[in-house]
Amino acid sequence: MSLPVDAFTPLQHELKAEVINRPSTTLWQDAWRRFKLNPLAMGGLVVLSAIVLFALFGPFFSHFDYKTNDLESVNLFPNWVHPFGTDELGRDILTRVMFGARISLAIGFGSVLINLTIGIFYGGISGYLGGRVDNVMQRIIDIIFSVPDLLYVILLMVVLGSGLGNIFIVLGIANWVPMARIVRGQILSLREQEFVLAARTLGASTKRILMKHLLPNSVGQIIVVAALQIPAAIFMEAFLSFIGLGVQPPLVSLGSMAASGRLNIPSYPHSLLFPAGMIAVLMLAFNFVGDGLRDAFDPKMRK
Amino acid sequence: MSAAVKSEIILEVENLVKHFPIDKGLFAKGERKVHAVNGVSFQLHRGETLGLVGESGCGKSTAGRTIIRLYDATSGQVRYKGKNVYDLNAKDMMGVRSDIQMIFQDPYASLNPRMTVGDIIGEALDIHRLASGQKRTDRIYGLLETVGLNPEHANRFPHEFSGGQRQRIGIARSLAVDPKVIICDEPISALDVSIQAQIVNMLEDLQEKLGLTYLFIAHDLSMVKHISHRIAVMYLGRIVELTSSSDLYGHPLHPYTQALLSAIPIPDPDVEMKRQRIVLQGTVPSPIDPPSGCYFRTRCPHAEDICAQKVPELLERGSEHFVACHFA
Repeated sequence: MSLPVDAFTPLQHELKAEVINRPSTTLWQDAWRRFKLNPLAMGGLVVLSAIVLFALFGPFFSHFDYKTNDLESVNLFPNWVHPFGTDELGRDILTRVMFGARISLAIGFGSVLINLTIGIFYGGISGYLGGRVDNVMQRIIDIIFSVPDLLYVILLMVVLGSGLGNIFIVLGIANWVPMARIVRGQILSLREQEFVLAARTLGASTKRILMKHLLPNSVGQIIVVAALQIPAAIFMEAFLSFIGLGVQPPLVSLGSMAASGRLNIPSYPHSLLFPAGMIAVLMLAFNFVGDGLRDAFDPKMRK
Repeated sequence: MSAAVKSEIILEVENLVKHFPIDKGLFAKGERKVHAVNGVSFQLHRGETLGLVGESGCGKSTAGRTIIRLYDATSGQVRYKGKNVYDLNAKDMMGVRSDIQMIFQDPYASLNPRMTVGDIIGEALDIHRLASGQKRTDRIYGLLETVGLNPEHANRFPHEFSGGQRQRIGIARSLAVDPKVIICDEPISALDVSIQAQIVNMLEDLQEKLGLTYLFIAHDLSMVKHISHRIAVMYLGRIVELTSSSDLYGHPLHPYTQALLSAIPIPDPDVEMKRQRIVLQGTVPSPIDPPSGCYFRTRCPHAEDICAQKVPELLERGSEHFVACHFA
C-alpha cells in the first residue's frame, strides 16, 4: 500500500512561545515549603518562638526583679507566687530565667553575627582570589583550627576580662573559622560555574560577581551553618558563666544560675533544674531548626 | 556562503597557547603543566560561522575561553578589529566585551538560579549602562521575543524553564549588548535532538538578521556541517585541518579528519552498509606529556620517522584548504 502524497496537508505550525502555568516560586518559598513538611523542625521553631516571646515580654508581666534580694523568702520551692521558686538570695527564679534566656539569645545571635561578618569576608576573599592568597589564608585557618577552641576562649576571656561585651567578641572570634571554611568552599565551587563565567564575559566587576552571583548562591549553606552555630555559642556562654568567666552579677545568665544552683542540689534541686532545663530546651530547639534548615536548603533532599 | 568567507577579517587568532600548571601550592615549582592549547591560529571573517570540532579534552573550549580572556593566554595574540585584546586596558576591554560574547554549554549552569530571567538579561544592560528604567524593561521584553520566549516570563526564575528555553535565555543575555562575534561553546550538546535543531535554526536566523559572526565549538559533526561555513578540526590543542565545510566533508586530507568523518553514520541503509570505518588504535596521549613532532603520530596509520622529529605546519594544500600533515 502506498500513500498518495496529495492526501497529506502540512500541519499548521504555530510557533508560540510556551506558557508556564506553575506559579512562580523563589528558592526561599521552596525551602520554606520543605521546612514545613519537617515536624521536628517545625516543633523546634514553635518552641523557639515561644522562648523568644517568653524572654522578651515575660519580664513585663512579672512582679519581681531579677536582681533585688528578698531575704524573707529565701530558697522557696515552686509555689503560686513564685512558679519556679526562689534562689538563695530570695530572687524569683522564673524572672531570672527570663533574663538569662534574653542574654543567651542575644549572645547566640550576636556572636553569630560577628562570625558571619568575619567568616564571609575571609572565606569570600580566600575562595574568590584562589591560588597563593588562598593557600596562605587557609594555612592560617589550619593553625587557628589546630588549637582547641575551649583553650583559647578561656585564655581570651582571662586576658580581656569577663563581661557581656567580651563574651560577644570572644565567641565571635572563636566561631568564624568553620564559617570561613564553608564560605570558601562554596565560593570555590561556584566560581567556575558557567553563570559566573558569563558575568565575567560581560565585564562584571569583582564586587558585582561576589555580591550578585557568588554570595546569594551560598546563602543557604551560610544560614545552615549559622543556625547550628547559635546553640554552640549559647552553650559556650553558659559554660563560661558556669566556671565564673562569663556574665558577672548582678547580670544573670543561665550558666551562672546553674553554677550557683549546683551548690544546693541536695536540698533545693529546683534552683539548678530550671536554668539547666532552659539551656537544654533552647539547644534542642535550635538544633532541630538547624537540621530542618539544612534539609530544606539541600537540593538533594528535594522531593 | 562563499561571499561571507571573502569578507573582511573581524577576529584573528595567532599562535594562541594556553598551558595550565598542575603543581599548585605554596612550594610548587610549576614545571608540569597541561598543554591545553598549543599554538592555534585562525581567522574569523565578518558574517561567517567557523566550526571548531574535536573530541572531548582537545582544548576547543579552552581556546574559546582564552580568546575572550576568561583565561589568561600563555602566549599568542587575539586581534579584534586589528587590535590585540590582550594588550587592552580595562576601559577598552569593556568595549571588546560588548562586541564579543559567549553562549555556554550547560543551560542549567549558565544561568544564576537566584536571579530572575529579567535580571539575568538586564545585568548585561546594567554593566554596560545601555538602558535603565522603562527602556531597560522594554529592551528585556524585546530580547525575550527575539529568542522566541514569552516576555511575561521576565520575572520567573531559571529553574522554571526547560533546557531549550534556558538556552534561549542564555542567547538573549549574550545578544543584550549587541555583539558582533559570538563564541558558541557547545551550545547544543546538552539539549535534546529535537531542541537542538530549533536552537541551531534560531542561531542561523539571528546571524542573518543581526549580521553576527560565530565561532561554533562542537563535537557533533553533522550539526557543525549544517551550520558552519568553514570548519577547523582540533587534535590535542592544535588545529590539524581547516577548510570550507563542503571541502572538509568531501575531501578530508588529514588522517585524523578522515577517521572522524568515517565514524558518522549515514541515514541511508544502503550506503551505511558500505561505510568503511577507520578505527584509530590507542587513545589520545596525555596533554601533560604530549608526543614530540606531530601529536597525532602515535595513532596515525601513516606515521613515519619525520612525524616524530618535525611538527607539521598548517599549510595550504588546496584552495583555502589548510592541513597540518607531512603527507597530505
